[in-house]
Amino acid sequence: MSTAVDMPRFVRAKQVEALPPPNLARGPIAWIRENLFSGPFNTILTLVVFYLLYVSVPPLVKFLFIDAVWTGTDRAACRADAGGSESGACWAFIWDKINYFIYGSYTISERWRVNIFFALLAVGVVWLLWLKAPRRDLGAVYFFWVFPVVSYILLTGGNENFGGRFWIGFAIFAALVIALFAFFAALLKASMRPALILGGGIVAVIGITLVLVDFDFGLAHVPTSLWGGVLVTLLVATVGIVVSLPFGIVLALGRRSKLPIVRMASVIFIEFVRGVPLITVLIMANTMLPLFLPGDMTVDRLLRPLIGTALFASAYMAEVVRGGLQAMPKGQYEGAMSLGLNYPQMMSLIILPQALRIVIPGIVNTFIGLFKDTSLVAIVGIFDLVKTIEASRIDPNWAAPTIGITGYAFAALFYFVFCFGMSRYSLGVERRLAAGQKR
Amino acid sequence: MNSVQTAVSQTSPPKKSFLYDPKVRGAFYQIVLVIALVALFYVAATNAIENLQRAKIASGFGFLNNTAGFDISQTLIQFSAAGGTYGDAFIVGLLNTLIVSAIGIFFTTFLGFLIGIARLSKNWMVAKVAMVYVEVLRNIPLLVQLLFWYIAVLGALPQPRNSLEMGAGFYLNSRGLFMAKPLWASNIGILVGVLLLGLIGTFIYRRWARKQQEQTGRQYPVGKVTLALVLGLPILTWIVLALFGANPISFELPRKGTFNLTGGMQILPEFVALLLGLVTYTAAFIAEVVRAGILAVSKGQTEAAGSLGLTPGQTLRLVVIPQAMRVIIPPLTSQYLNLTKNSSLAVAIGYPDLVQVFMGTVLNQTGQAIEVVVITMGVYLTISLLTSFLMNIYNRRVAIVER
Repeated sequence: MSTAVDMPRFVRAKQVEALPPPNLARGPIAWIRENLFSGPFNTILTLVVFYLLYVSVPPLVKFLFIDAVWTGTDRAACRADAGGSESGACWAFIWDKINYFIYGSYTISERWRVNIFFALLAVGVVWLLWLKAPRRDLGAVYFFWVFPVVSYILLTGGNENFGGRFWIGFAIFAALVIALFAFFAALLKASMRPALILGGGIVAVIGITLVLVDFDFGLAHVPTSLWGGVLVTLLVATVGIVVSLPFGIVLALGRRSKLPIVRMASVIFIEFVRGVPLITVLIMANTMLPLFLPGDMTVDRLLRPLIGTALFASAYMAEVVRGGLQAMPKGQYEGAMSLGLNYPQMMSLIILPQALRIVIPGIVNTFIGLFKDTSLVAIVGIFDLVKTIEASRIDPNWAAPTIGITGYAFAALFYFVFCFGMSRYSLGVERRLAAGQKR
Repeated sequence: MNSVQTAVSQTSPPKKSFLYDPKVRGAFYQIVLVIALVALFYVAATNAIENLQRAKIASGFGFLNNTAGFDISQTLIQFSAAGGTYGDAFIVGLLNTLIVSAIGIFFTTFLGFLIGIARLSKNWMVAKVAMVYVEVLRNIPLLVQLLFWYIAVLGALPQPRNSLEMGAGFYLNSRGLFMAKPLWASNIGILVGVLLLGLIGTFIYRRWARKQQEQTGRQYPVGKVTLALVLGLPILTWIVLALFGANPISFELPRKGTFNLTGGMQILPEFVALLLGLVTYTAAFIAEVVRAGILAVSKGQTEAAGSLGLTPGQTLRLVVIPQAMRVIIPPLTSQYLNLTKNSSLAVAIGYPDLVQVFMGTVLNQTGQAIEVVVITMGVYLTISLLTSFLMNIYNRRVAIVER
C-alpha cells in the first residue's frame, strides 16, 4: 500500500476561494424574488398590494404635502374661488390656531404656567419610565404627590381661601386621626412611636397639601372653563394615571383578598365598570354626580369627567395589577410570611415591587388606551384637543372645504405620535424584562 | 419525661390579645368597609331624593309610557313622534345598537383575520402593509377616526342629484348609501323551508361523514356538500320558482329622480361612518390577536404536519388554526365586546344608537338621570355578561380537545 506521501501531489495546499453565488441568488434582485415573487400566488399578491399603494399613497402625499397650503391668515388661502389652493391640506389653519389647540382659551398672559405644567409632567414621566433613573422612589413621591399639588396651584392659581372655620375643623380632624392611631397602638399593646409617626405623617401630608393650596402665591385665578386643547387632554390623562395606579392597586389587592366582603366589593366594582362603555360613565358623572351632592355644593364641570375617567381607568388598571400579583410565585408570599412580615409589609416590600415591575408593559398599554379615551370627554362638552378642533372647524374665518380633514389629520398625528411612542417603550421594556428572565 | 413536658409548656406561645387573631381583624376591616359603603350610599341617596324633590322630578319608571314627541332617523320598528313612547324609543335605540354591532362584528372578524394572517405572510410587502395598517389604526382614537369618516369622507360626497353610481343598483350620496330593497312574495316560506331543510341535511350529513371517517378512515367532501345544501339548494329552488312565474324575492331598485333618489333601501351616512370606523379600528386589534394566536402554535406542529405529507393549506386548516383558535377565542371575545361598547361613540356623529337616543335625547327631555343611566348601563352589562357567557361555552368546547 502506498502512503499519501508517495502519491502524486494533486491536492491543493490552500483552500480555494469560494465562487460568489450566482447573481440571481444574492443582492436586491434575489431578495425581491425571494420575498415578493416567489410563486404565482405571491406575485399576484404583490401586484395587488402595489396597485393598492399606487391608488392610496400618491394622492395622500399630494394632499398632505405637495398641494398643501402652508402659509396664510384666513380662509382665502385655502379656497379655490378666493385664489388659494383647495386641493391640499390647509396647514395654515393649524398654524393659525395652534395656540388655541394647545391652551384652549387659557388667559394669554398666564400661559407660561401651562408650559411649566408640561415641563413638570415631562420630568415626572421620564423619572418614572426611565428604568435607570436615580431614586425612582423619590420619583414616585414627586409624581403622585408633589407634581399634582404644584400643578393644581399652577393651573388654577391656588389661593383657595379656606377661612378660619375650615382650619379649626382640620385641627380637630388631625387630633382625631392621631388619637385614633394612639388608641389602637395602646389597644394592641404595640409601641407608641411608629403609630404616632404614621398618624402624624398622614396628617402632615394632608396638612401641607392644604396649606399650599390655601396660600396666596400671587397667581391670577384661571377658571377651568377657559382651559382647553392639549392642556386638557394631557390633564385628563395625567389625572387618570395618577389616580388609577394607586386605586387600581388597592382594587387588585381587594380582589385577591381572603376577606369575602372586600373581595366581593372589588369584583363588583371592576366588572361593573369594565362592562359598560366609557361614554355612559362620563354621562353618569356629568348628570348624576351633582344629584348625589348636597344641594348647595356644585362640582366643577371639568372635575366630573376627570372623576369618571379616573374610576374607569382604575378598573382596567386593577386587572393589569392583578395579573402581576398572580404571576408572582407562591414562594415569594410564603417567604415573606416566614420572615414574620405582616400583610402591609409583605405587599409593599416583597410582592408589589416585583409584581409592578413585570406589569410595566401592561400598565403602559392601559395608559395608551386611557390616553386615546380622553378624546371622549369632548362628547360631554369638555374642550379637549378634539373639541377645540371641532370648534375651530366651523369658524367662518376659516370656512374652506379642506379644513375638517386637515383638523382631524392634525389630531390623528398628535395622538399617533404619543401612543406609538408609548407602545414602542412598552415593547422595549418587555424585551428587557424577557432578557432578564432568560436562563 | 417530666423535663420534656416542662420544655413543651415553656415553648407554647404566650397568651395574646384576641385583637391579634387574623379572623377578628378580618371581620373588623370588613365591618369598617361595610359601614363606609353604606354611609356613602345613604348620603348619596338622601341627597339625590332631596335634589330631585327640589327640581320637581318624579322618580320611577313611569316616564317610559309617556309620549316621546321626537323623531328618530333610523327605526327598525314602527316609531313616530306622535305615537311613540319613551319605552319605544329605548327599544329603537337598543335595536340600532345591536344591528350596528352585529354587522360590525361580522365584517371586522373577516377583515381582522385577513390582516392578522397577512402580517405573517412570507410576502414582505404584504406583511409590511399589514403592519402599517395595524400600527396606524391602533394608535389613533376611535373618536377621531369616526369624525374623520363622517365629516371628512362622507361629508365630501355629492348631492343626491349627482349621486355616485356604483352599479347593481347601488348609489352613494350625501344622504347615505342607496341600494336595492328586497320585496318578499307570499311564497317566501317555501324558500325558508328549503333553507332549513338544507341546514338540517348538512347537520346530519356532517355527523355521518365524521362517523364514517372515524370508523373507516375515508374522507367525504364535507365542505362541498355543505355549500351545495345550504346555498345551492335554496338558489336552485329560487330559480325553479322564478321559472314557473312565482318569484319569491324581487328587488325594488332606487330610481333616480331630478333631486332625489326614490324607492330602494337607504342606509344612513351615520350608519355607514360608524360601521366603517368600528370595523377598521377593531380589525387592527383582532389582527394582533390572530397573529399572536398563530404564533402561539409551535413550529414543531407545522413541521410535523409537513412530514406527514399535509399540504400547506391542509396544515393551516387542520393543524394550525384549530390550535390557534384556542388561544384566539378569549381575547377575540373581548374585542367583540369592545366593538359593542364602542358603538356608543355613535353619539358623536349622531347615529341614533342606545346612548344617543336614550342617554341623550330622552335624558335631556325627561331629566330622569338615575333611571336612564341605570337602564342604559344595565343593557350594556347584560350584553357583556351574556356574550362572555356564550363565548365561555364555546371556549370550553374548543379547549376540551386538549388532553
